[in-house]
Amino acid sequence: MGVKKRFAVIEHTADIGIVAYGSDLKEAFANAAYGFFSLITEPRRIRASLEREVEVRAEDLEGLIVAWLGEFIYLFDVEQLLFKKFVIEELSETHLKATVHGEKVDLQRHRLKLGIKAVTRHQLSVVARDGVEARVIFDI
Amino acid sequence: MSPRWEGKLRRIDDYRWEIPRSYKAGMRVPGIVYASEEMLETIREEQAMEQVVNVAFLPGIECCSLAMPDIHWGYGFPIGGVAATRVKDGVVSPGGVGFDINCGVRMLRTNLTADEVKPRMEELVNALFYAIPSGVGAEGKLRVSEKELDQVLVKGARWAVEKGLGLAEDLAVCEEEGAMKGADPGKVSARAKARGKPQLGTVGSGNHFAEVQEVVEIFEPDMAKVMGIQHVGQVTVMVHSGSRGLGHQVCTDYLEVMGRAISRYGISLPDRQLACAPVESPEGQDYLAAMAAAANYAWTNRHCMAHWVRETFARVLGRSEVSLGMRVIYDVAHNIAKMEKHVIDGERVSLCVHRKGATRAFPPGHPDIPDVYKKIGQPVLIPGDMGRYSFLAVGTERALKDTWGSTCHGAGRRLSRGAAKRSLKGVNIAQRLRDKGILVRATSMGELAEEASEAYKDVAQVVEVTHQAGISRNVARMRPLGVVKG
Repeated sequence: MGVKKRFAVIEHTADIGIVAYGSDLKEAFANAAYGFFSLITEPRRIRASLEREVEVRAEDLEGLIVAWLGEFIYLFDVEQLLFKKFVIEELSETHLKATVHGEKVDLQRHRLKLGIKAVTRHQLSVVARDGVEARVIFDI
Repeated sequence: MSPRWEGKLRRIDDYRWEIPRSYKAGMRVPGIVYASEEMLETIREEQAMEQVVNVAFLPGIECCSLAMPDIHWGYGFPIGGVAATRVKDGVVSPGGVGFDINCGVRMLRTNLTADEVKPRMEELVNALFYAIPSGVGAEGKLRVSEKELDQVLVKGARWAVEKGLGLAEDLAVCEEEGAMKGADPGKVSARAKARGKPQLGTVGSGNHFAEVQEVVEIFEPDMAKVMGIQHVGQVTVMVHSGSRGLGHQVCTDYLEVMGRAISRYGISLPDRQLACAPVESPEGQDYLAAMAAAANYAWTNRHCMAHWVRETFARVLGRSEVSLGMRVIYDVAHNIAKMEKHVIDGERVSLCVHRKGATRAFPPGHPDIPDVYKKIGQPVLIPGDMGRYSFLAVGTERALKDTWGSTCHGAGRRLSRGAAKRSLKGVNIAQRLRDKGILVRATSMGELAEEASEAYKDVAQVVEVTHQAGISRNVARMRPLGVVKG
């Protein structure tokens, strides 16, 4: 299998974003979450030792990706959880259900390089054209 | 990245530029940008000007969509944006406040001289680093219950004073006396509270800091004296932080609420991030009550951190807090919406003044400023980057008349974090600062390049504009001696 790019970092003067790629919505959303955590730390250093169910709803696909990534900001702030594996079980325009795998921050192993505080709607887009491309900018 | 902004600007004078209403159909008022001709070139490199235009669409906006010289691209509103909307028929927009509600600055004066502290700086900076929890994921040493957190949201800095943290006299020299009225914890979501609870009393990450400074220049000696600044070489301290995850969640939550509300109120806007609701609608009132709660959280935060700064100075220098004379000069909010009365065509009108990356700058004699500053005007605290300098200024009559009593808030970024890192690859930022006599201690020393001077605009240029335009008056300049960052 060739190496397919999962996401790219978007440079923004005051903030930072990602554009996530996928052959379908599920893959793009999973890659967006992976990209999100790679901004915070080195995902390869995260162990998949615990799992969580994540379920979010929104009015449209864009709202859904905001809610999906917003869930990880919440889990990081409140429980110091980092995730690396995202198994999306259900995904419609307005609903997402997933099992995510990761662990609690361990400062001996995880270098935290960035704090992400909010998912913005600035230049937000989820576009399906030869696969799916999701663009999200974060407030940091 | 974004294309250059090529719109036409009409020169009002050397420091003011108008974007006429004719620029785009739907603008209710013109845009007015404060900048020097030289700065305009940089400002045009991103779409911040288009955001000034978009803000001019907000229902009930009075006079003009304003931008301070530290304007840069934000979400919805530009950073450095100021907009006043009529309370009776205008809107309030969470994007006009920003994610970090009541991000702001507190400044303390001391009886110390730079010569006294320089030999102890290493120790002092290390001790401050441990006294003030900072960095990504940092948890505070204040352990509060949910009930106590609700009290913080209502009482603000007074909560801390009652807990024995900081001084009651600090409250008088804080915008809103450290507690905005109308705060309702019931309007703050459980998620926002859960994020805020462990982070109370932490400085956070990004551009937030606690900094030991030395006064290097005094422009207005009489005004400076009123603020307790007597001479060049005097040591001051600045703390820059906000409402952490709690404020960000409040903004996120109400952007959703208002995003759904705009169609119901028949509001059409050029950018979704400008989501808003009538000031007097349930959504508007709920947001303002939640925003005030988040603002109070931020004031409590800065108040506690200032207390730990005092404790640390006293311990490291082996002197009593009283003999150190560490009094708060002032504390400003630079991301906030305020209900204020302003005079328009001879009449007093109730306005909702949004300041997003802008500092209130009320003139001498204004009823909302502390008695001690009635003669000189409200102190304005303008931090620069960690390698150069920060400024102390005061508000003016001109500001009240032209900008709803507002001025700039800081330097503003010039380079993205990635660009800063690439351009400074291989440079030891901490060592370079040390060579300049500035000690830095950060949780993520590897990320320091992102906050280097090169990443920021020169704040001296910014305050030159606000000073020349008369919307604030420069009083003193300080340079960093020691910096603690996230």
